[in-house]
Amino acid sequence: MSAGAHAILPGRGGLFGTLSDVLWRNPRLTLFLMLTPPLLWLGIIYLGSLFALLAQSFFSIDEFSGLIRYEWTFKTYAELLRPSNLDIILRTVSMAAAVTLASAVIAFPIAYYAARYARGKWKALFYLGAMLPLWSSYLVKVYAWKLILAKEGILTWIFAKLHLTPVLEAWLALPVIGGNSLSVSYTGTFIVFVYVWLPYMILPTQAALERVPESMLEASSDLGGSPAQTFRHVLLPLALPGIIAGSIFTFSLTLGDYIIPQIIGSSRLFIGQAVYAHQGTAGNIPLAAAFTVVPIVIMGFYLWMAKRQGAFNAL
Amino acid sequence: MQTAVAFSRVSRHFGAVRAVDEVDLAIAEGEFFAMLGPSGSGKTTCLRLIAGFEQPTSGHIEIFGETAEGVPPYRRNVNTVFQDYALFPHLSVADNVAYGPMIRGVPKAERLKAAEEALALVRLPGYGDRRPGQLSGGQRQRVALARALINKPKVLLLDEPLGALDLKLREQMQEELKALQRKLGITFVFVTHDQGEALSMADRVAVFNHGKIMQIGAPEEIYRAPRSRFVADFVGSSNVLPPDVTERLDGRRAWASLRPEAIRLVSEGGVEAMVTGHSYLGAATKLGVFLGEQRLTVLLPAGSPVPAQGQMVSIQWNPADLHVMEDEQ
Repeated sequence: MSAGAHAILPGRGGLFGTLSDVLWRNPRLTLFLMLTPPLLWLGIIYLGSLFALLAQSFFSIDEFSGLIRYEWTFKTYAELLRPSNLDIILRTVSMAAAVTLASAVIAFPIAYYAARYARGKWKALFYLGAMLPLWSSYLVKVYAWKLILAKEGILTWIFAKLHLTPVLEAWLALPVIGGNSLSVSYTGTFIVFVYVWLPYMILPTQAALERVPESMLEASSDLGGSPAQTFRHVLLPLALPGIIAGSIFTFSLTLGDYIIPQIIGSSRLFIGQAVYAHQGTAGNIPLAAAFTVVPIVIMGFYLWMAKRQGAFNAL
Repeated sequence: MQTAVAFSRVSRHFGAVRAVDEVDLAIAEGEFFAMLGPSGSGKTTCLRLIAGFEQPTSGHIEIFGETAEGVPPYRRNVNTVFQDYALFPHLSVADNVAYGPMIRGVPKAERLKAAEEALALVRLPGYGDRRPGQLSGGQRQRVALARALINKPKVLLLDEPLGALDLKLREQMQEELKALQRKLGITFVFVTHDQGEALSMADRVAVFNHGKIMQIGAPEEIYRAPRSRFVADFVGSSNVLPPDVTERLDGRRAWASLRPEAIRLVSEGGVEAMVTGHSYLGAATKLGVFLGEQRLTVLLPAGSPVPAQGQMVSIQWNPADLHVMEDEQ
C-alpha cells in the first residue's frame, strides 16, 4: 500500500470519461438513450406500418372501377366470409394446426434428450443439428424437397426398394390428403412445412425443459407417479410455455407462408398466396389486408385459450 | 422392533468414483436416523438409494424386509423431502400436497380435505390456495413436508431439509420435526452436513466419509467417544492429539481426542500453554493455545476472564475426557 495513494481516484477526463460518470449517475438517462432507437423502430416502422395495413382492411374496393374507396366499412370482411375465401382460411388453419402438432410431437423427444442428457460436445452437436437447416437457403431446401417428393423422386424409389409401393399408393389414393404424387399433395406440403419450421419448435421446447429441475421429476416419481403420470402432470405442464412459444412460430409461420404451398402441393390457395395475389395482380389491397388480420385474430385467440387453460402458470 | 431399512454391503459407483462403498446399515422402525458427513461423503447417495433414485452397483437393500433393488421410486412406500423442496410451480399449494393422493386416484374433494389436514399438521392451515412462489423458504419446507407425509410413508427421507433456512427458523424447525416424528411414529432418515443438527435431532447418527460409514451410534456416544480422527474432528471440531502428545500427557501411545469444552484454565497444577488468540462466540469464547508444538482449542464459558495473546496459562482436564481412539484414520 503506497502512502501517496488516494481513496478516490481522479476522473478519467475526456469526453468518454465524463460521459461514463454522467451515465453512471443517471441510470434513467442511460435507459432512455438505450431504449429510444429500438422503441422508435418498433413503434413507428414496425407496429405503425402493421396498423396502417390493418386500417386498409376497413376500406373497400369499387367493383366497377377497381379503385379503393376510403370509407370505413365491414364490406371487405363480409367478402372474407364468402365460401371460396372461407375455404382458403379453413385450409390454411387446418394445415397450420397439423404442422404445429406434428412439430411438437417430433421436437419433444429431441428437446428432451438435449435438455436432460446431452452434455459438452453432444450439446454443441445438438445446437448445430437444430440450427444447421436454418443456415441454408429456404428456397433451395423447398426445391430439394420437391425433388425428394416427386413421382420419380428418391422417396418413391425407397418405397419401391422396400416393397412398400402399395402403401404409398394407398396413401396417395386417400381423399384430400392424397394426390398424383407426394409433391402435389397436401401430405407433401405438410412434410415440407414440418421440416422447415421444426427448429423453431425444438429450441424453445428445449429451453423450457432445461429449466425443469431433475428433482421435480424425482418428486413426482417419489410421490407415486409412473413415468406416464409424471409426463402428464409435471413434465408437460412445465414444458408447455416453451411448446406454446414454439407453436406460435410454427403456427404463424405456416399461416403466413406463400412459397411452400406454391411449390409443393395442390394448386389450391393458402392465406399467404391469397394475400400475395390480392395485393399484387388483383390490386385488392383491402381484401389482402383483411386476410392478414385472420392470422392475427387466430393467434390472439390461441394465446388467450392457452392462458385460460393455465399453460403459463409455471412462468 | 422391525428393521425399516437394511443395507448389506451396498456400493454405488459413478465411473471410478465410489460414492457409496460397501455400506452396512440397519435403521430401526420408528427411529430418527441422521446421516452426517461432509459433501461428497456418500450420505445423499445412500438416501437416494433408499428412495430408489439410484440403484446399487452391488449389495442388497431391504425396506421393511422387502428387496428394494430394481424397484422404481413410484412403487416404494417411501417419501422424500427434497433439498430444494421440488414443489411443483404450476400447482397450488393444496394441489402440491394432494399430488400423491391424486396419482392414486383419490377423488378431488377427499384429497383436498386430506391436503388441508396435512397442511394443518405442519401448521400452515389455509395456505392451500397460494402458489409455491408466494411462500417463504420456511413455508415451502413445510409444504414439502406435508406433501410427503400425506402419503403416510413407511420411511420419510429428508435431504438437508433445513439447509436453506436461516438460523432461527432452523432451530425452530428442528424442534418441530422432532416433535412431528414422535407424534407420527414414522421412521425418519435425515441427511445433513451440520453436526449440531444431527446431534440434537437424531436417535442415532451415522458419520460418513469417502463413501463409508466411519461410526454409528447415539449422538452422545459419537460426541464423547469418537472412534477415529475423522469423527472426532468432524463432529464438534475436537482437538485431535497425535500419539507422541498423547503419550506425554497420558502415558498411552495412540491418537486421542480432547473436547475444547473439557479443558479449563486453572491457577496452578495444570499444564503450561501459551495463548495465541481468541474469538468471541457469544455463549462462549474460543481460545487458541500452544501446548509445546501442539495447537489446542479451549472453550471458555461466557463471563470468564480472557487471557491476552502471548500470555502463559495453566490448563487442565479430567483424565476421563482424554479419549483414546481405536482407529488410526
